[in-house]
Amino acid sequence: MLKEKLLELREQAFEHISSADGLKALQEVHVRFLGKKGPITEVLKGMGKLSAEERPVIGQLANDVRKMIATKIEEKRTYLENKLLETKLESEKVDVTLPGRKSETGNHHLLGSIIREVEDLFIGLGFSIEEGPEVEQDYYNFEALNLPKDHPARDMQDSFYITDDLLMRTHTSPVQAHTLEKHKGVGPVKVICPGKVYRRDNDDATHSHQFMQIEGLYVDHNVRLSDLKGILTVFAKHMFGADREIRLRPSFFPFTEPSVEMDISCFRCGGHGCSVCKGTGWIEILGAGMVHPNVLRMSGFDPSEYTGFAFGMGPERIAMLKYGIEDIRNFYTDDIRFLKQFNRA
Amino acid sequence: MLVSYKWLKEYVDLSGVTPEQLADKITNAGIEVEHINYPGEGLKGIVIGEVLTCEPHPDSDHLHVCQVNLGSETVQIVCGAPNVAAGQKVPVATNGARIAGNVKIRRSKFRGVESNGMLCALSELGVDKALAPYEDGIYVFDDEVPVGEDALPYLNLDDAILDLDILVNSAHCMNMIGVAYEVSAILDRPVQIKEPVVEETDQETAEKVRITVDAEDKVPYYSARMMTGIKILPSPRWMQLRLIAAGVRPISNVVDISNYVMLEYGQPLHTFDYDKFGSNHVSVRFAGDNEELTTLDGKKRALNAHDLLITNGHKGVALAGVMGGQNTEVSASTESVLLEAAVFDPMTIRKTAARLSLRSDASSRYEKGIDRNRVARAADRAAELLTKFAHARVLKGIVEKGKRTVPEHKITMPWQKINQVLGSDLTCEQITGTLKRLNFSVTGEGEIMHVSVPARRFDVTIPEDLVEEVGRIFGYNHILATLPEGTSSHAALTPYQKMRRRVELLMESIGLSQVYTYSLTTKENASSYAVETRDTAPTQVIWPMSEEHGALRQSIVPQLLNVVQYHLNRQMPNVKFYEIGKVFLPVSGDPRPAEEEHLAGIITGKRTERNWEGESTDVDFFSAKGMVETLFDALAVSDQIDYQPSKREGMHPGQTADILFNGRVIGYVGALHPKVQANHGLNETYVFEIAIESLLRHGEPAIDYHILPRFPSTTRDIALVVKRTVAASDLNRVIKENGSPLLKSVRLFDVYEGDHVADDEKSMAFSLVYFDPERTLTDDEVNAIHEKIVSACAEQFGAELRG
Ligand SMILES: [Zn+2]
Repeated sequence: MLKEKLLELREQAFEHISSADGLKALQEVHVRFLGKKGPITEVLKGMGKLSAEERPVIGQLANDVRKMIATKIEEKRTYLENKLLETKLESEKVDVTLPGRKSETGNHHLLGSIIREVEDLFIGLGFSIEEGPEVEQDYYNFEALNLPKDHPARDMQDSFYITDDLLMRTHTSPVQAHTLEKHKGVGPVKVICPGKVYRRDNDDATHSHQFMQIEGLYVDHNVRLSDLKGILTVFAKHMFGADREIRLRPSFFPFTEPSVEMDISCFRCGGHGCSVCKGTGWIEILGAGMVHPNVLRMSGFDPSEYTGFAFGMGPERIAMLKYGIEDIRNFYTDDIRFLKQFNRA
Repeated sequence: MLVSYKWLKEYVDLSGVTPEQLADKITNAGIEVEHINYPGEGLKGIVIGEVLTCEPHPDSDHLHVCQVNLGSETVQIVCGAPNVAAGQKVPVATNGARIAGNVKIRRSKFRGVESNGMLCALSELGVDKALAPYEDGIYVFDDEVPVGEDALPYLNLDDAILDLDILVNSAHCMNMIGVAYEVSAILDRPVQIKEPVVEETDQETAEKVRITVDAEDKVPYYSARMMTGIKILPSPRWMQLRLIAAGVRPISNVVDISNYVMLEYGQPLHTFDYDKFGSNHVSVRFAGDNEELTTLDGKKRALNAHDLLITNGHKGVALAGVMGGQNTEVSASTESVLLEAAVFDPMTIRKTAARLSLRSDASSRYEKGIDRNRVARAADRAAELLTKFAHARVLKGIVEKGKRTVPEHKITMPWQKINQVLGSDLTCEQITGTLKRLNFSVTGEGEIMHVSVPARRFDVTIPEDLVEEVGRIFGYNHILATLPEGTSSHAALTPYQKMRRRVELLMESIGLSQVYTYSLTTKENASSYAVETRDTAPTQVIWPMSEEHGALRQSIVPQLLNVVQYHLNRQMPNVKFYEIGKVFLPVSGDPRPAEEEHLAGIITGKRTERNWEGESTDVDFFSAKGMVETLFDALAVSDQIDYQPSKREGMHPGQTADILFNGRVIGYVGALHPKVQANHGLNETYVFEIAIESLLRHGEPAIDYHILPRFPSTTRDIALVVKRTVAASDLNRVIKENGSPLLKSVRLFDVYEGDHVADDEKSMAFSLVYFDPERTLTDDEVNAIHEKIVSACAEQFGAELRG
């Protein structure tokens, strides 16, 4: 009797579980069949009337039925929960091809990038970065660089003077003179001097009254022209490609003796001749030389003990050559469409 | 300097060296050959013809019909030149020839008369009209030339002209002999220069001329030669053609010879018409302050006491080394010539030439320097040529003041120094050999060498100059590349440089693009938008190129306005820029401005673009302020920063804050004044400028490590109703002061004005975090602090808790 009842209860519960269509209905099934006042509890209460043999059998059966129902309910619960999650996930679907929320970033200026690249290269070679004033004394801008007041290479017309003795520096070389002075005659001095310089020019495609310059200076015992050639080779390969070659041509600057111009083999044509190198296979990149003994002497270094080399380059020129930029004014017009093109430079 | 390849061949054997190869070698040795000009380029079929007969054209009053012998045939040519005549030998463009401008000559008819070619003027053969000799019409050969042959070699139109860029250190190549010495050294071939031979009469020059020099230090040497019996004629054709090649227009024999010798020897010469000289006394002195001289170009020149003047003892006759005077000019009737060969101080000549804007071939040579030991020889050369080509009788001797020659300059040095500086491995023989190629004399004494440098190389004075001479002639391409062997050194960015790079990166990561603008601006703009306004006038340049770049900026902002305006004009209204650069602050009593590095930024337009999620939003004051706050956070100085409302010229009076660092104003952030926006045609625009140097000079922020919290913090919100005039920063400060030390952070999360709040009041809600690193705080402890804060705000601002 009780056995049949239990089995029937089990069937009833299974049916309810199967037809429960939500977690709430399932919970009701749980309460109804497995609750403290549920039918299985009722069955167990009536066990007193059973014989001693039947009691454990029915007791065992009642527990089994209870477990089976509980298991079934758990299975169904998992099923319903999963189904619910699926529905939720389905409802949260988005068009992953819609644009995301970007944060807009700005651009680094091409000249800044070139200066930074040169700085980093030379820091790696043991050169520090020195900066100096843009309004300079005539002495540091000219005289200390072996350009006495009446030197023919010096033309007042080419400089923005503020007073007879003050001007907008025309090159970053005065920083070299300051740096040498600071070292009080004791080497080594190994510096790179980047910065703005000014010349009394009308702005056009190839002239700018303001432009950038990077100068390098290395003074020590036994610094040789061959060392200059070595350092400039490293520079040329770094900036213009590993297969670049350099050549030095004699030139003239008042602050170096000997003075040279450095050409690199053309990066466009590899030296065969093209429009970039005007058919020569070589491109003029910078001026350099061995520091003139007068410059060393004036800044407190003994030229019989120390030698040195110096070089100077124009970041605008490097950028114009490297990217085929046609007009130097682009660097100072700051058109965002120009700047953006060099974000990776 | 224009160098004729054919002329140069007279001094140095150039066989086997093409003009192109020569140009390369000269360039590689240090004097840049800018280009090579081939004057005969494109000419074809030009032969020497002989005009056999020359009859007037039957139907024309200016054309002539000529029978011209071309060697192999005789042809009829109609010619319109006024100077054509029978017996002339002339260049003929034959049938099918090409003349200048790629014009082809064809058989044609002139008023019914057949013409088989053209008799040519030099300009028709490509010679610059400004250089062509004096006569009108066709070119007529003056010497024995073979009829029927190619005319170009006889016109030097088969030449190549090398254009040398002469820098300060290569003045020794401003003449053919100097170039010859240079090329001789480069090619290692001997140089041949004929010494001039002068035939003198018995009459003494000294009878006709005496010289006094007042400023002997500025006139180290002055000499005069005298010639009589001169006949003014055209100079010989060969000389004319060489002058043309050098870019000098032939005038007459006397003028041409003095120009020719200058080109050949580098020595400027001057010829006076002795009969007009007015005395026999050449007196060289400085001009008086009110003195005047009319120069050869017909211009009256006002002189001053810095101009060297040649006088006849009374009045000026020439501006020394620059230009002769009109009063003693050689003319067609000149019979006697006083020839000046002198040395003048380069600086004096330079100053006079520059002041009068009167740069001549003579002055440019004096300015750069001349061969001190070639002066008298140049005068002799001129005398020789004048005898030959102007019938001159040269009087006996030279009248001179000063030393005719100077000793050669001696340099003594260890020969190994050259290897030490170049990093080369040359032998003593290679080094002395290279110097000898330059015609320097060298004697050795063990480790030491003594070098004697000819006066023509006045640029070589110190051992380093010899290093250069050896290096450039030997060739820098033979020097290996090495890496320095000296002290190894370590290098890094300075803390300031490192921080500046970080600021750049930060600005770019929050959307601002870097720009570089000009430091020079208009006088009016120079002081506007300065962080710190000064009474002193802006620093100005003495001779600006234009008003636009006349004064030094004290702020970057005006330049950024221009950049934004540029973009607006090109339909780019949404832009954000920053610049880090120097500003120049005038210092009272000191012409030198103080230089400070500033950071400035500018933003305008959309903060977010309209997109699929919603409408666009515009940038505003808080966009700009957020940028500077982000910066101060990154630099770990936010605790030392305060903002104060401020009124600044050109800025919105209600939307501008001064930025204070430890109580000192270091910048500002705010909206442009609507009037400024209207004037510039700008949209709503926000700017900031910060004297960043003062922040960054503190170096990198020290990092103060704290152990991670082991106890929970307690967060309480508080909403206070205050008068609208109460500044958020003031409330913030009072909350912080009263919450210390357990109150760790205060964040304003809501500002409300409107319903349920009185018209003149606002509600501000803050989120407060309390924390003790040693223990968990109890509610009672937190409540006590919280109440203290509330009552302090009530006391100081009349704040009430919002219900
Ligand atoms: Zn190329």
